[in-house]
Amino acid sequence: MSSSTDWPLWEVFVRSRRGLSHTHAGSLHAPDAEMALRNARDLYTRRSEGVSLWVVPSTEITASSPDEKDTFFEPAGDKPYRHPTFYKIPDGVKHL
Amino acid sequence: MTAALALGDDALVLSHRLGEWAGHAPVLEEEVALANIALDLLGQARLLLSLAGDEDELAYLREERAFRNVQLVEQPNGDFAHTIARQLYFSVHQHGLYEQLAAGDGEFAGLAAKAVKEVAYHRDHAEQWTLRLGDGTAESHDRMQRAVDALWRFTGELFQPVEGVDVDWKALQSNWLTSVTAVLDRATLTVPTGAQAGAWTAGAGRQGIHTEPFGRMIAEMQHLHRSHPGASW
Repeated sequence: MSSSTDWPLWEVFVRSRRGLSHTHAGSLHAPDAEMALRNARDLYTRRSEGVSLWVVPSTEITASSPDEKDTFFEPAGDKPYRHPTFYKIPDGVKHL
Repeated sequence: MTAALALGDDALVLSHRLGEWAGHAPVLEEEVALANIALDLLGQARLLLSLAGDEDELAYLREERAFRNVQLVEQPNGDFAHTIARQLYFSVHQHGLYEQLAAGDGEFAGLAAKAVKEVAYHRDHAEQWTLRLGDGTAESHDRMQRAVDALWRFTGELFQPVEGVDVDWKALQSNWLTSVTAVLDRATLTVPTGAQAGAWTAGAGRQGIHTEPFGRMIAEMQHLHRSHPGASW
């Protein structure tokens, strides 16, 4: 079995043919970006046409820390002026 | 009839060889890739053999001498480099062949148009791995070179005209040589020299003459069907 430095972990993001944005689909091991793309195609898209794939080395991703969840994400619910709720969305605006 | 058998047997036999990798590939991702390629080829084989007759009968009840595949595809998997060299030689050939068939209006045009996309992927996969193994470590380079050399003598047969397959075989061969040479050069590998086809070389698979490992392969492939003839599954 090859060492993990030779076959680093990659995160895979897929945008399906009718999809609007790339969604994290999973991860895989590959020796480089080119092979990661090909492996992702086999593993996550079954080669359906018209999809877009992103692969990113896992080491390039910085995640927020679970310990800091409260300071990061807890909304100040008693301050409604922080939330964009005081206007109407025009009819023509899609995908919001 | 002969043409559908020749092309169908190529795909069937190579598909079976790739199937033997299941559970044994170097990494999980590569396992899936090889299985995908095997499934593509099996699909092609089913269509082609159905043109020639009953696909199950043709796959499971023919003797070795009745198979019309080229000897290249029946070669054992060997190490990963041997499998990749076999894939490189065959998929570059099949890609050129199916492109020509798809552009024509013969009986295989529709089938080839569908399969050519699959084959382009097989070719890309083989080329990518040839580059990585050839230009990888000293050992992977040596192994890849050995594989490229060992299978070279089976490549002449790829360009024996098949009756009923209306393509320009000479152009097919020169394009193949150009493509394979370019990949091997980039992979820092040496293109084998010497005649591809000649008295010393292999190449009578289309006439039903096969190499020794092929008999064992079809014995395994056909075992169940021959033990229970006529069973439905």
